Amino acid sequence: MTDIYRYKQLWQLIIAHVKEMVREPGVLFWGIIFPIFMSLGLGVAFTTQADTVRKVPIIETYSQSIIDSMLIKGGAIKGLMDKEGGTLYTLTIKNNKLGNSIFHFYKMDENEAMIALKRGIVNVILDQPDDKPRFRFDPSNPDAQLTYLKLTKIFKNSSHININENGDILPLTITGTRYIDFLIPGLLAMGIMMSTMWGLSYGMIEKRSKKLLRRMVATRMKKSYFLVSLITVRFAMNFIEAALLILFAWLVFHITIQGSITALFLVFIASNIAFSGLAVLISCRTAKTEIGNGLINVVVMPMMLLSGIFFSYHNYPNSLVPILQKLPLTLVADAMRSIFIEGAGVVQVIIPTLMLTVGGVTTFIIGMKFFRWY
Amino acid sequence: MNINPIIEVRDVYKSFKDVKAVKGINFTVGEGQFMALLGPNGAGKTTMVEMIEGIQKPDTGKILIDGKNWKDNKEEIHPIIGLSLQETRFIDKLNVRETLMLFASFYGLDSFRVNEVIDIVGLEEKRKAYVVNLSGGQRQRLALGIALLNKPRVLLLDEPTTGLDPNARREVWSILGKLKKESKTSLILTTHYMEEAEQLCDYIIIMDHGKILKEGTLDQLFTDEKGKKVVEFTLKQLSVRCEMFKNQCPFTITWNEELNRGILELSELDKELPVFFEYIKSKGLELDDLVTRRVTLDDLFISLTGRHLND
Repeated sequence: MTDIYRYKQLWQLIIAHVKEMVREPGVLFWGIIFPIFMSLGLGVAFTTQADTVRKVPIIETYSQSIIDSMLIKGGAIKGLMDKEGGTLYTLTIKNNKLGNSIFHFYKMDENEAMIALKRGIVNVILDQPDDKPRFRFDPSNPDAQLTYLKLTKIFKNSSHININENGDILPLTITGTRYIDFLIPGLLAMGIMMSTMWGLSYGMIEKRSKKLLRRMVATRMKKSYFLVSLITVRFAMNFIEAALLILFAWLVFHITIQGSITALFLVFIASNIAFSGLAVLISCRTAKTEIGNGLINVVVMPMMLLSGIFFSYHNYPNSLVPILQKLPLTLVADAMRSIFIEGAGVVQVIIPTLMLTVGGVTTFIIGMKFFRWY
Repeated sequence: MNINPIIEVRDVYKSFKDVKAVKGINFTVGEGQFMALLGPNGAGKTTMVEMIEGIQKPDTGKILIDGKNWKDNKEEIHPIIGLSLQETRFIDKLNVRETLMLFASFYGLDSFRVNEVIDIVGLEEKRKAYVVNLSGGQRQRLALGIALLNKPRVLLLDEPTTGLDPNARREVWSILGKLKKESKTSLILTTHYMEEAEQLCDYIIIMDHGKILKEGTLDQLFTDEKGKKVVEFTLKQLSVRCEMFKNQCPFTITWNEELNRGILELSELDKELPVFFEYIKSKGLELDDLVTRRVTLDDLFISLTGRHLND
């Protein structure tokens, strides 16, 4: 085979693949246009120098506050607002290149601070056992490390006190306060979402694209049985996956479920309903797996980024937080964390459970209305 | 036409956006009758069959199966129908038996019938093979097996042998031939293979562009062609043009310049063939090869449309 012939073949193959892609508008959109929108959205979110908000609790057991004076010397504004009786300092570190860091300092008792830490609202707790501030956080949490480094910089600049980089850290290693305790329930929630969305949506779209769905319906298959069977299998798979993850977390990280097992099971069922409904809705029409990929990603990716799976969504602007808290993945992750870490029971998780169930049933009904069997 | 009609299609029209797929089709299939819808791709065969299967709805017209329409009688019609769509891929990682068990469950059938069907379609050795590992012919036999699970009174097969090699095609024909002998099942088969229609069906409808061009039994279709023979010949000379056979030619010769091959029809072979040899000689040409055969459905289709069935 001559070189020219070989290159001609390569060229024709390239042309064929380009035409195949360009002539399928759906594939073109989800393959090319959607990633552009995605990068535009994420780009705006992550490249604009938005203010980073960090909340830091100060344990109010000290009498002579060195921390108070250090913060004021460092430029903190005192008493900007009251929050449940605690005095709040606000300190802004301006930085044109990195974006401003705004610290809100709350006075809390030990218990309140621990709950805020477990929920991911804060990642460093400040206290003052002697004449120096002490930083309590899980050193394996990179976001907590950043908070610590920024705080030490403030204190070093505002006082002559020598902050000992090692001695002033009290690593949080008690179960429930570590980063891994925050992470595992989030991963559990994300696992249910990913498994349900990909498993159900992709399964349905693939069967439609193979014309198997058409064949089955034409052979007197009960449509409801088809969906119930798919969802049941996915539910069982999710149950096994979740059980294995919990077992692994218990064996390796000694994570235990502090709250009610019944509540956890309710949240688990509700999350399956929620994501099954969403999966049916997004896969109700298309027979192209490429379009299915795009549709699944458009639902899954924003939630993965914004629902506080890896890092708390409380770092996002305050105006966004109430919206983020209503995302299905956030509802599941928050409910699971409250059960795992805070010992929540059925009553505490009843609202997110209902929201997830109603959302799932609604999206399921809408999906079924537009579902293409043939 | 048979006395007991099982399928009645009356004045059926169907369009998709700007495309008129079926334009006023009428036919009846009797109990135990095997009927072929023969035509090239795009003739409207699949649309017609899918309307009978209940997958598509006709824009106008009436389709009755055992005297009932789909709209009000789904529950009664489904159990008497068996079907195989033009292209269906089953679940790759289910084996033959598991796939049949799944579809058998839709009819409430047990493993006994599944085993029977495996025997009927000759997949005994492949009963534990994954669908993904089956050959094209085996997959098509599996599809046929699924269609036969419920012992249907009406079997609808949409191009069941398209893309299969001749051996695999003959295997499917043999299964259907046996079915014809041993049961009262009626069959509508769409195909663009004339041999398939000839071999299996006792009534043939030739379709093109959504319309029926001609219909009848093989004898009826060939009434006008009785005694005619087709002569196909090639010449030793290359690059012979069509114009060569247009002037003062005693026969109507269709010359294919690409294949360098000619076709003509003769009514009285013994008298006309010597004349043809003389004519070729008079043109200064030499025959390279010559075969005679009977008139086929493809020849009939060419005479009706000017195109081949496989075009």
